[in-house]
Amino acid sequence: MDTFVQQLINGLTVGSIYALIALGYTMVYGILRLINFAHGDIYMLGAYAGYFIARWLGFAGEPSVAGLAVVLVGSMLAAALLGMAIERFAYRPVRKYARMTTLITAIGMSLLLENLSVVIFEGTPRAFPELLHNSTYRLFGNAAISKTQLLIFGVSIILMLLLQWIVYRTKVGTAMRAVSFNLNSAKLMGINTDAIIVFTFALGSALAAAGGVLTAQYNPTIYPLMGIITGLKAFVAAVLGGIGNIPGAVLGGLLIGAAETFVVGYGQLVGIPSTYRDAVAFAILILVLLFRPAGLLGTTVQEKV
Amino acid sequence: MLTLENISVGYGAIRALKGVSMRVEQGEVVTLIGANGAGKTTTLRTITGLLEPTEGRILFEGQEISGKPTHQLVARGISMSPEGRGVFANLTVRENLHMGAYLKKNKAEIAQDLERGFRMFPRLKERESQKAGTLSGGEQQMLAMARALMSRPRLLLLDEPSLGLAPLVVHTIFEAIDEIRGEGTTILLVEQNAHAALKHSDRAYVLETGRIVMEGPSKELAADPRIKEAYLGE
Ligand SMILES: Nc1ncnc2c1ncn2[C@@H]1O[C@H](COP(=O)(O)OP(=O)(O)O)[C@@H](O)[C@H]1O
Ligand SMILES: [Mg+2]
Repeated sequence: MDTFVQQLINGLTVGSIYALIALGYTMVYGILRLINFAHGDIYMLGAYAGYFIARWLGFAGEPSVAGLAVVLVGSMLAAALLGMAIERFAYRPVRKYARMTTLITAIGMSLLLENLSVVIFEGTPRAFPELLHNSTYRLFGNAAISKTQLLIFGVSIILMLLLQWIVYRTKVGTAMRAVSFNLNSAKLMGINTDAIIVFTFALGSALAAAGGVLTAQYNPTIYPLMGIITGLKAFVAAVLGGIGNIPGAVLGGLLIGAAETFVVGYGQLVGIPSTYRDAVAFAILILVLLFRPAGLLGTTVQEKV
Repeated sequence: MLTLENISVGYGAIRALKGVSMRVEQGEVVTLIGANGAGKTTTLRTITGLLEPTEGRILFEGQEISGKPTHQLVARGISMSPEGRGVFANLTVRENLHMGAYLKKNKAEIAQDLERGFRMFPRLKERESQKAGTLSGGEQQMLAMARALMSRPRLLLLDEPSLGLAPLVVHTIFEAIDEIRGEGTTILLVEQNAHAALKHSDRAYVLETGRIVMEGPSKELAADPRIKEAYLGE
């Protein structure tokens, strides 16, 4: 029982991070029908931004809540600006062409960010500084939860509630939903749709950066290609939940995180080696595409944002 | 108020409008009638900046507006209920109406306009918190019109507001058009229902395959034998 609870806690920890990243995929898809392949790299760059902010402002040596908050918010702002620049200078100019053109631009953008990062940050992994003194709280039996895990849950929940509030309770959020449903109708309301699109990129990128910094607190090694596999898994999470669907992205992220942790934990019992961890998401992707292509929460007339 | 000078518009190689000129004066209801595919929707989409003319210019209140983005034209006082209604099915009726007032800052005015929309179409009030996608076609048309009024337009464009609606609902829609005109809003009405359109307008243009082929006071056109035969089925 305690092992099961432990696996679940660990799975939901990773899952929360997948969820944060999946939200960006799903929002951009909802509004532009574009799979932003560069999104995983924004997650990576968010982690690097956090790394440099922590080093430059001297939070690296002395863990503190204030330092953590500054690093988190700073990297979210940096990623938001990056996401806005990518939309403005790479995607917007090609938006008027066939969707395939934008898709290829996104793949190119991803390769560009990865290779530039290898050049600028060097390929060798860096150790991300500990921003909060970690400690472990025993729950029962051998089950325990660490401060870092609590941090990841707490920050993820706050950010998701904030997003929920923006999308469903504010004027700009209502405009996002309007744009995602019908671009021309939205223009006829007087909505500057380009501004809404760029805002969506900013939001999604900020969430990915938060995911990057949080991951680095859990697993403190960052490297330029860290966004590839995590980005793909988060994308699968978005598809599993129903791409374009915000609660779906959260559900998908948590399920994928839990599923891969359980495969590592219990896989051997049924003959699945723990090295199959990274294959879990893709097995799920294939199953979803075969049996429920609209995703768990997606319907034929789904609400897309 | 609105002048189209020699406007041509194409979709790729298809030329949908071939030198259309027309004008709408302050306070008028002008109707644009024509068969399916004549270019009526293209005309309205060009006026609202959703399409860019390849030739000609459009003037609104004396200023050239061709090439300006749609949201700026809404700010200047042009609003449209588009073909197929274009309601946001994923938003509630109330949210749809609020989107219509997107550029309005004054909360009291927005609330006032919301009430006015509900007074014009009481059915919308009953369905206020429902998703617009659950409304019937007639209710969606009412919503599209009420929503277009939320920006307090000086020029209202209506694209086939009666299309596919039951006679009773068509009646409600045309009554609303009379009411909107009574408040002094200028209207450009596109219709295939030429009979009703001519009855509820001051002047009319007839569009055939991208060209204006006839224009004049609606009463005169309604009595014209060619119109009677081609558009009124008499
Ligand atoms: N999106 C489009 N792409 C290509 N051709 C179009 C498009 N929309 C309209 N057309 C063509 O332009 C012409 C005028 O269409 P439209 O303005 O919709 O006519 P109406 O509103 O009078 O029925 C038609 O020949 C139609 O086939
Ligand atoms: Mg039409």
